[in-house]
Amino acid sequence: MRRWLYLLPVAVFVLMAGVFYAGLGIDTDVLPSPLIDEAAPQFDLPPLPGSRNGLATADFKGAVSLVNVFASWCVPCRAEHAVLNALAATKKVPIYGINYKDKGEAANAWIAALGDPYTRIGADDGRVGIEWGVYGVPETFLVDRSGHIRYKHVGPLTQADIDKTILPLVARLQQ
Amino acid sequence: MIDEIGHFALVLALCIAAVQIVVPLYGAARGDATLVAMAPPAALAQFLFIATAFLSLMHAYAVSDFSLLNVAANSSVAKPLLYKITGVWSNHEGSMLLWVFMLGLFGAAVALFGGNLPPELRARVLSVQAMIGAGFLVYILFASNPFLRLDPLPADGNGLNPILEDRGLAFHPPCLYAGYVGFSISFCFAIAALIEGRVDPAWARWVRPWTLAAWCALTTGIAMGSWWSYYTLGWGGWWYWDPVENASFMPWIIGTALLHSAIVVEKRDTLKAWTILLAILTFSLSLIGTFLVRSGVLTSVHAFASDPLRGVFILALLGTATGGALLLFAIRAPVLQGGGLFAPISREGGLLLNNLLLTTAAATVLIGTLYPLFLDVLTHQKVSVGPPFFDMTFVPVMVPLLVAMGVGPLLSWKRGDLVAAFQRLKLAFAIAAGAALVTLAAAGADSLGAACGLALAAWLLAATIVEWAERVHLFAEPLGRSLRRALRLPRASWGMTLAHAGMAVVVAGITGSSAWSVERVADVRPGEAVELAGYRVALDAVGEVRGPDYVATRADLRLLKGDRLIAAMHPEKRFFPLEKGSQTDVAIRTNLAADVYAVIGDPDGKGGYTLRLYYNPLVPWIWLGAALMALGGLVSLSDRRHRVGAPRRARREAVAQPAE
Repeated sequence: MRRWLYLLPVAVFVLMAGVFYAGLGIDTDVLPSPLIDEAAPQFDLPPLPGSRNGLATADFKGAVSLVNVFASWCVPCRAEHAVLNALAATKKVPIYGINYKDKGEAANAWIAALGDPYTRIGADDGRVGIEWGVYGVPETFLVDRSGHIRYKHVGPLTQADIDKTILPLVARLQQ
Repeated sequence: MIDEIGHFALVLALCIAAVQIVVPLYGAARGDATLVAMAPPAALAQFLFIATAFLSLMHAYAVSDFSLLNVAANSSVAKPLLYKITGVWSNHEGSMLLWVFMLGLFGAAVALFGGNLPPELRARVLSVQAMIGAGFLVYILFASNPFLRLDPLPADGNGLNPILEDRGLAFHPPCLYAGYVGFSISFCFAIAALIEGRVDPAWARWVRPWTLAAWCALTTGIAMGSWWSYYTLGWGGWWYWDPVENASFMPWIIGTALLHSAIVVEKRDTLKAWTILLAILTFSLSLIGTFLVRSGVLTSVHAFASDPLRGVFILALLGTATGGALLLFAIRAPVLQGGGLFAPISREGGLLLNNLLLTTAAATVLIGTLYPLFLDVLTHQKVSVGPPFFDMTFVPVMVPLLVAMGVGPLLSWKRGDLVAAFQRLKLAFAIAAGAALVTLAAAGADSLGAACGLALAAWLLAATIVEWAERVHLFAEPLGRSLRRALRLPRASWGMTLAHAGMAVVVAGITGSSAWSVERVADVRPGEAVELAGYRVALDAVGEVRGPDYVATRADLRLLKGDRLIAAMHPEKRFFPLEKGSQTDVAIRTNLAADVYAVIGDPDGKGGYTLRLYYNPLVPWIWLGAALMALGGLVSLSDRRHRVGAPRRARREAVAQPAE
């Protein structure tokens, strides 16, 4: 056997160890969305029972919008809700809700109990969620005036997220 | 106080390890018998101190000493004693301590039972082992110390992750670690052989029992882990090709290859460099597994706390151990001269084919496991590689392996006769074809894959039995004489028969579980019943019961066949108030050919409960087969040649010895 063949294992290992080292710097908790900078998916959702407005792609036209995916069965959504109410009160950005895989009555009761920060709500049986690449609830997207998704937040929003990330981004997109 | 003793014992163990690295290695190079003789007592002392540290930590857990951060974070007062003790290795720091404990244990075993080894070889083996031990001791003391204090101390601990509160935790990690770490001995033997520049049949015979012991432990550990996930996770899955499972599976595959190639070195004095490489790779894969699990570079269902700094540390250990070993291999392996020549069709050829297929199988698992990481590093894309990839790549490699497993043992050394071997296996072939036809007739044409799986299992089992029958001249001689022959067969040969038969049983189990599992999910009220694969499951009542540290919703189920009561089953859903987590406790009724598996879910709000029921045919065979394989390993381990008649080494030929 030729000598270089014996060097092969160590060469392969060095390569592998290099990738391991590079891999250590990567945060495996961040799940990026392939939809960033893409146009928001085309959809037209019916309203919750008893209300008139549904939610469709056309609603995002002309203004920067925050799209929040929520459900009454989702505990972190409950934690997030107060933050959204506070944001809605500032009237800096309209918040649109996608009520994800939920029962209509349950969602209505939830809104009635906790307050309604949403300009419009669409009821989704899960199909539109797939198009938005929803991985877990809650998730929040920022859509710009041209209807392109510019930012995605996974998990409940905190006041710090709003102040440090969302609002500065909204201000920049509104310019 | 006891905690401090444990902490200091760990520091002392590190000091001893440092001595154990330097002195015996230097002594062996100098030919100084006094220095060489220091290795065994040093290994024993090192183990004694590590054991002291380990027992101190166990004591702290047993008495709920929350002044230790580690205990406070992973235990609580209300835990039953068993889970307090197993809690020691339920967390990162404690499990690393278990790791070095096992390492010390194996080192001590070499010191105690390695009396038949040449002193220089033993000294080098123990010295290399101390290098690994020292690396991990430094890591524990500086980056994951379980003896760190907590002030002020809390009234109660955070408790244990409910999923870990299970008997499985008592056995699965220790067995797995015994396997991982046991392969360090094969690794040390390989390094020692490279330093000495010689590998011969005697070396292979010495290394074999250690490899076998580690292999048995790892086989048991993996099987237990898969059984644990089967009954714990609540949906009857026993293997997910999860990175952490793969991390334990890869050393097993390469370790299996090593077991087989060491036979060739022992019997025929050839395949030396290859065997050394396998010994290095087996332990390296154990280290890579530790790295992948502990550093958090891969996302996995096994949610261990991960810490990049620790990752860097383990990577440095891995780089030193594996990189160093492979570099030494590149420099020294070319001088290892092969001995016996053999034709491609021969026992050696068969074992080589086994090695090639097993290595390929391990490579596919490695690629599937690391691909997401590589892609992430190179292109920042996130992907996950799931069961379909492994089913498509791993299974095609296993099929020829299973076919060859039936034939290989019938080939003779040096030059075999493949045609004659197949002729002797006519019966096995007929049985395999029969199994396929019966399966197709019973289960229909769409179970072609299952028919192939069962045919392979039947083939392997029948071929293994044919080989055994030929050895004992079954039916060729009176039965009594055959029996006497069977009793006189070498244990190693019995071991092979058992392990290969076990593999056949595992294959049948896997086939059955992937082809014929039935799932039934229904909302059931007390008093109602559900049909499941010819059985009826009746829900009598749902009540609440209290355990030592949980509250459970418990269902009273009756398993009926017709009107006959087969068993009462009591699945539970347990809620742990301290940890704020819940855990399903499934009820399984097995008749060894199939399992009925019941899970109680949430109430449906209308007085009923969601019941999930599974009928899993042949699934118990997966673990029966694995047990048979481990038993085969143990029987082979008890072979006479490992116990008596220390092989005498051939005199070293007068060849120019490379500089050391």
